[in-house]
Amino acid sequence: MHMADALLSPAVGGAMWAGSLGTLIYCAKKLREKMDEKMIPLMGVLGAFIFAGQMINFTIPVTGSSGHIGGGMILTILLGPYAAFLVIASVLVIQALFFADGGLLALGANIWNMGIYPAFIAYPLIYKAIVKKNASNKAITIASVLSVVIGLQLGALSVVLETKSSGITELPLGTFLLLMQPIHLAIGLIEGFVTAGIVIYVRSLRPDIVDDLEGVKALSTGGSLKKVIIALGILAVITGGAFSWFASTHPDGLEWSIEKIYGKSEVPERQNPISGILKEIQKKTAILPDYSLPSTSKEEEKPSWPAVDTVTSLSGLLGGIMVLVVVVIFGIGMRVLRKKMRKT
Amino acid sequence: MTFDSKYFNIGYLDSLSYKDTFVHRLDPRVKLLVSFVFILFVVSFPKYDLSGLMPFFIYPVFLLTAGDIPLRVIAKKVIFVSPFALFIGIFNPLFDTSVLLTLFGIPITGGWISFLSIIVKFILTVSTALLLVAATSFVGLCEGLERLKLPKVFVIQLLFLYRYLFVLLEETFRMLRARDARSFGKRGSDIKTFIRFISVLLIRTVERAERIYQAMLSRGFRGEIRMLRRHTLRVQDFLFALFSVSLFYVFRHYNIVNILGETLGRTLR
Repeated sequence: MHMADALLSPAVGGAMWAGSLGTLIYCAKKLREKMDEKMIPLMGVLGAFIFAGQMINFTIPVTGSSGHIGGGMILTILLGPYAAFLVIASVLVIQALFFADGGLLALGANIWNMGIYPAFIAYPLIYKAIVKKNASNKAITIASVLSVVIGLQLGALSVVLETKSSGITELPLGTFLLLMQPIHLAIGLIEGFVTAGIVIYVRSLRPDIVDDLEGVKALSTGGSLKKVIIALGILAVITGGAFSWFASTHPDGLEWSIEKIYGKSEVPERQNPISGILKEIQKKTAILPDYSLPSTSKEEEKPSWPAVDTVTSLSGLLGGIMVLVVVVIFGIGMRVLRKKMRKT
Repeated sequence: MTFDSKYFNIGYLDSLSYKDTFVHRLDPRVKLLVSFVFILFVVSFPKYDLSGLMPFFIYPVFLLTAGDIPLRVIAKKVIFVSPFALFIGIFNPLFDTSVLLTLFGIPITGGWISFLSIIVKFILTVSTALLLVAATSFVGLCEGLERLKLPKVFVIQLLFLYRYLFVLLEETFRMLRARDARSFGKRGSDIKTFIRFISVLLIRTVERAERIYQAMLSRGFRGEIRMLRRHTLRVQDFLFALFSVSLFYVFRHYNIVNILGETLGRTLR
């Protein structure tokens, strides 16, 4: 469920980046205050463990297909929210850079979707609340399943909202939700049970790994849920602010650029039909692409100017091909140049 | 199942990053920021503007050729990776059926155009991210991140993660080989075995972290990690940044494609 750059508008991507970066800096500050220096290698190596864990496939009981774990909740249970958030973020950084999962702009959204929810919602509000009272195997199972499922549902919901508010997809909101949420419910159930299994099994072999680290966690968490919630609230406000700021500056810039692109280069006699099309394009694109609803096919005055249409689209096509040819020639030229330089 | 084939040559991508070309020599901060700005420009295109995206191919092509990076590696990864964007995009032609333009009598709907523009954006952004890491060593990138004022704890454990990624993956594949050698067909891949398998791996990982910590202590670690600063901003860094960003700006605000196409069409006529 990695978001991709191609599905985001700059406004949404930027807002998510702001939110994730803020949380990252906040977590690092929290850790710097009280951290066992033992945690430094542990965090890094556990991040590598998540990668290794994702390499191991297992057979999913009912369907018989194979899957792998995500691992966000395990990290949070082992390391506590602050350290876990940093580790999840760095796993996502490596995935974005080396595996092209997502992308640089989508990284902010991905860290938010897969880091915030397990670390700051599911863990303190669900897992800890249940396990605090009694740490029996049953309680751990219930807590893990519930927290993983809810974390994933929130993540999937965010993916839908981010894509939708970027105005890229034509999928109606309802259909999109129906596509995403049930799949992630199934994934969440399996991941939840696997998470519980791992926590219980590791606890039976090396109870100190799960419980002792709890001591480290207690230090870094500071034990106050209130603070976390307040911080999240502030973050939400900042993010919202960034959102609306982007949203309000965006359409102006867009309209301006469209006018600049199409308004000047036209011959006077063609002006009327073209400005008609212009308006249409503007209607389609400029009304805040972030919040635009899927276009209903009412605007069908188009075919009345087929000739002009072909001219503009033809020049677009010709120009596009020409630019691509230029780029390819540029690439070949660079290669040749490089080879010559190497010889001399 | 060897380490490299399973992990899409991340070791290979790493080895590419130690070449010595103009692109490799640029300051990592500059490369990071310029690539980020590039992606922002690319995704800022409205969904029906397909042709305007074409000039932007020049940036990845420049990184690829000037950085002396084999096209095959990057292309393979771009094709292989993340079907999510395609999965979401393919619904556009189904839902958006308003005819946007007619080409040689064939009506083209807005859905197809926006789908194509998602794909083009996807190729541009993904290849840029891959090329960035192929043209910059990971240590260099981390140095850049640290000097861009990202929290040091984060950068340091990013370095740790990367360093031990290879070690842990080798260990995992060794364990997997042992498991496969002792089981037939799909046996041993059930969920119960998986839980124990990964739990053991987790315990080994934590024990490794303890050993690493002790090794660090014995080498004088006192809670502070100093990072080597290898790069300095030079004239060509500024020039590269200035030139690329202004080029992106021109591509974004002047529709070169249409201007070119019109002149070409006029001369043809």
